[in-house]
Amino acid sequence: MTLSDIRSRLDGLEGRTYWRSLEELADTAEFRDYVQREFPAQAGEFTDPAGRRQFLKLMGASLALAGVSACTRQPPEALVPYVRQPEELIPGRPLFFATAMPQGGVGMPLLAENHMGRPTKLEGNPEHPASLGATDVLSQASVLTLYDPDRSRTIASLGEIRTWSNFTAALQLAVGAQRTSGGAGLRILTEPISSPSLLDQIDTLKTNFPQAKWHQWDAVYGTVQGGAPGSLALYRFDRADVVVALDSDFLNSGGGSVRYSKDFSSRRRIGTPQQELNRLYAVEPVLSVTGANADHRLAMKAGEIHAFASGLAAAAGVPGTSGAASGEAGKWLRVLADDLKAHAGRSVVVAGDTQPAAVHALARAMNSALGNEGKTVHYTAPVIASPADGVASLADLVTEMNAGAVQLLLIVGTNPVFTAPADIDFRAALEKVPTRIHVGLYHDETAEHCHWHIPEAHYLESWGDVRAFDGTVSLIQPLIAPLYDGHSPIEVLAAINGTTGQSTMEIVKGYWTRAFGGQTKTTWTLRDASGGAYPNVDTFWRHALHDGFIASTSMLADGATIPAAPAAVAATSVPAVRGADAGQLEVVFRPDPYILDGRNANNGWLQELPKPLSKVTWDNVAYISPATASGMGIALSRAGNADQDLLEIEYQGRKARIPVWVMPGTADGVVVVHFGYGRKNAGRVGSGVGHDVFGLRSSATPWFGSGAKLTRTGEGYFVASTQNHFVMEGRHPVRVVDAEEYRADPKVVAEIGPERPADEESLYRRERGDHVTPTPFEYLSYRWGMAIDLNACTGCSACVIACVAENNIPVVGKTQVGRSREMHWLRVDTYFDGDPAAPSATYHQPVPCMQCEAAPCEPVCPVAATVHSDEGLNDMVYNRCVGTRYCSNNCPYKVRRFNFMLYADFTTPELMPQRNPDVTIRSRGVMEKCTYCVQRINSARIDSKTENRRVRDGEVQTACEQVCPADAIVFGDLNDPASRVVKLKEQQRNYGLLEDLGTRPRTTYLAKVRNPNKALA
Amino acid sequence: MSQIFSRSANALARFTLAGALGLALIAGGVVYSLMYSSWATKQNEFVEQPLQFSHAHHVGGEGIDCRYCHTSVEKSAFAGIPPTKTCMNCHSQIWTNAPILEPVRASLRDNKNLTWTRVNDLPDFVYFNHKIHVRQGVGCVTCHGQVDRMPLMVQAAPLLMGWCLDCHRAPEKYLRPRDAVFAMDYQVPTEDHPVAVTASNGTPHTFRNQLELGQFLKAEYSVTSPGHLTSCSVCHR
Repeated sequence: MTLSDIRSRLDGLEGRTYWRSLEELADTAEFRDYVQREFPAQAGEFTDPAGRRQFLKLMGASLALAGVSACTRQPPEALVPYVRQPEELIPGRPLFFATAMPQGGVGMPLLAENHMGRPTKLEGNPEHPASLGATDVLSQASVLTLYDPDRSRTIASLGEIRTWSNFTAALQLAVGAQRTSGGAGLRILTEPISSPSLLDQIDTLKTNFPQAKWHQWDAVYGTVQGGAPGSLALYRFDRADVVVALDSDFLNSGGGSVRYSKDFSSRRRIGTPQQELNRLYAVEPVLSVTGANADHRLAMKAGEIHAFASGLAAAAGVPGTSGAASGEAGKWLRVLADDLKAHAGRSVVVAGDTQPAAVHALARAMNSALGNEGKTVHYTAPVIASPADGVASLADLVTEMNAGAVQLLLIVGTNPVFTAPADIDFRAALEKVPTRIHVGLYHDETAEHCHWHIPEAHYLESWGDVRAFDGTVSLIQPLIAPLYDGHSPIEVLAAINGTTGQSTMEIVKGYWTRAFGGQTKTTWTLRDASGGAYPNVDTFWRHALHDGFIASTSMLADGATIPAAPAAVAATSVPAVRGADAGQLEVVFRPDPYILDGRNANNGWLQELPKPLSKVTWDNVAYISPATASGMGIALSRAGNADQDLLEIEYQGRKARIPVWVMPGTADGVVVVHFGYGRKNAGRVGSGVGHDVFGLRSSATPWFGSGAKLTRTGEGYFVASTQNHFVMEGRHPVRVVDAEEYRADPKVVAEIGPERPADEESLYRRERGDHVTPTPFEYLSYRWGMAIDLNACTGCSACVIACVAENNIPVVGKTQVGRSREMHWLRVDTYFDGDPAAPSATYHQPVPCMQCEAAPCEPVCPVAATVHSDEGLNDMVYNRCVGTRYCSNNCPYKVRRFNFMLYADFTTPELMPQRNPDVTIRSRGVMEKCTYCVQRINSARIDSKTENRRVRDGEVQTACEQVCPADAIVFGDLNDPASRVVKLKEQQRNYGLLEDLGTRPRTTYLAKVRNPNKALA
Repeated sequence: MSQIFSRSANALARFTLAGALGLALIAGGVVYSLMYSSWATKQNEFVEQPLQFSHAHHVGGEGIDCRYCHTSVEKSAFAGIPPTKTCMNCHSQIWTNAPILEPVRASLRDNKNLTWTRVNDLPDFVYFNHKIHVRQGVGCVTCHGQVDRMPLMVQAAPLLMGWCLDCHRAPEKYLRPRDAVFAMDYQVPTEDHPVAVTASNGTPHTFRNQLELGQFLKAEYSVTSPGHLTSCSVCHR
């Protein structure tokens, strides 16, 4: 199947131009076969050598034994009351505490749900400007890391178990030797840090040891290529009509992504057809979540973006810039410049973190020339206080280590032995340091080569503080005492500084007490939410701890003083794209979106969460474009992904192997390599999963470089991707219109799909009284429903992982995912639009249970385990289910999930406290599906009844709705004409998925409205 | 050739068939009655506890209200088991040296929890909520029995699903006025013992029949319809 064959198939598609995958588009006989078996790689035919008789015997025996086992009496259950019950605690009801999760030095503000002392679920802090109630994938999954049984549990010295006092004694000895030289041999290596208390400890250390040095290394957040920009850009996408993203994934990476998604989608959620939409242009080498949401997207090599930015600056009228381009890029330059100039002061140019400082300088110059600065973007000093250029910092450290200048090295959190650039032999240099101390959550690759390992306390176990992307100081408070003898970095640094006997809380509170008195190096403005001064330090501390942040430190607040930004780094001359380079293959490095540089490798939720766009699980892959693949003879269509080509990539004389993934939207001549996999020492989940490609990443080109060579090894590799699971087989799952079309005739959305039958014309109708209806109920009290706005959804998958955390959804593993047995109750389907080589658009569609009014699953259940409730939910009763799977076969949406095996972990004691006590943990042989978070509905209904009122609109938030940074999911009561969900469903964009089947889904979608620029059409 | 089976074999075959059927029916009957027996439901069964706490003494004798110990019964799904501190509120003053109370004193002294065995134990897939039942006028005694007459705690009801549904299908059979929910000596209205209730609008009512009272309270407390109360997700999720 060649590219041109696939293109001709596309021309043959009637009425729509979008497709789910190249396989679907190619539509080979092999793929048809794959789809038509309901569960693709399942044993459809009985090929087991044991034979049919043996099978029947075993089944009979199992049945009999299962029957006998049902006759057991219920085992006794213990009731363990407190000795002294904590105040405020009501047994059986959760408490919520404000805290924050540090990620790459930047804080994600959270409200942690605590059941009797166990944190079980994290929500965004609704008052914090960086969250506004939403969170991201990484913070949702971090609660699983807290309970990870493979976290290191004891302080160890050379493999022997030690105590904290053993460690401090040894530390004093080693530090004492440094005192005479002023710490000339003392080095600290950390992740990026913004924590004021920790920085205060580092300052004290520098005072005590003036010769000591602080280095930073983080393979994801602290790594820059071509210099650090020097200043921090804070965007206001809610004010921008035109956004140009230059290799920037602002919607899905970095500490600001949640707030940016909120702001951005606030300009996409249109209420009336007349409302103006913003317009997003993206120029990038690989399809990112941001690029997938763009109205126009240009695939371009990462190395050519500098020249493009320069050309755009010249066209936009920035003095002292020059550049031109021909062909498609040239057309883009003209159109973009015109649109930017037409929206001067209401537009913004965003440069990506992986681009060099010069591109950031050009973006800043453009924003300045267009008058955007101070309106849609603010430039200020970075929030991160550690050395900005991690590569240079690490290289300096290694040079000194090799020279024997380093006597005592403290490594906090980071794992350089695994993640250091290939040309920096950190491990060899490490062996030359006489005393090496590692502080980390796991006994990882770096810990193995250190003398001392101190288990780090998880952020849910420790006191601390962190600044959000906009500078807001957020306090971290523990939700549980350290499970595994963990110590926070603040505690370790305090030990070096000799301040022992103080708890971490006293250190953090002590810092803020001094800050309140104005005695700290940094001067903080500490005001309450209304701008008033606190009467005393105690009131201040209690309020800050309760709120989880100090509102007056936000730079996004109205009237906030924004510190002046350092001058932009002088724009270096644009690298000429040489003829030789142009033909060469470019390698682009990206961290895995969830596993990052391998730090989350042991988190099963993150491993199993399908990655945005490719929907690959449990592996890292190298993206290449369909055209590049065709050129190499790599198959474009691979039903079941059983046999992906394993590539060998050679770059700068180093080689690595990684499976290939043909990814529409990738720039031609680019191979995108995702790093972070291939950990040897991650734990029971992450060890030996995927391929280690850090060997290709050098210090000069950590993000992209030219001159890579690809070779097919001829070997095949099985990649478990969910992209082709539960495909909709050529129907009209997503409806897309252009803004202009919709404005001219709002009825256009209804006309896209097949006609919806009248309510009486249902296959699944029932008789109630005199009339025929689809349901046995009249819905006198509540009628729950959901609306999902496809225009707001960015496809970030936070809803999927929030659902996993809320509903105790098990992890099934790569093999089972490969058999289409993933248990996620909610999936995000991705569709590409247009030409397979360069899709013009990408659409995301979250698909939970539709809770059909006339549900096809209900009449087929022989044991009435799935029935309608009088509030319209399609209830699933686990204790009745016998596992016939008829319901799943009859579900047109394929949203039901079956426990083929005992997927839930009933045995690991460490994982038990994580589970949501309000949701049943399902066993083997039981069907399950989305319940609209019925535990939350029940809780709200009971609360409202005891207060003699109805459930308020917005009082019940489903887990997916609550986490959504784009506010794309809205849940509520359809009987309440004033509810948000009813208002959304009244829009003419509203349509039901496969509603022509007469199932009358309660979950409906709002059609995607694009805002293309005619000049680029 | 002579016949292999004698004439009596016919009767024997019939008897065997009937007997096998009869045995199967008996076995089925045994299993069925076992399922509903107190052996399976643990009804009226004494349970070994760390110390022999007597509800009869504390509730019946001393007249302590249920909510003094089970503090969260009106606020949460779980009624709450008193912390050791609650026991010691009184027992640091009275019976301070009683040998029977040694486990309680030890618990407070050593900061070690008491571990009780649950008596009224629902299966884990049932999400019972005390708060709403108490609020809607279901008396403690209705499910837990006369605990004021139980020297040792026993499970008073079978706690089978049919037993739950009996009330969920027709709550009027069991509802009582809210102010009598925690009363141990409440009597259902009869001709001789009328029950007086004041409606929320201030009108006094007198009832001489449980069904009439129940219907009135159902409306007064806006108890949801049996259609809702028998929806699966109300109790199972």
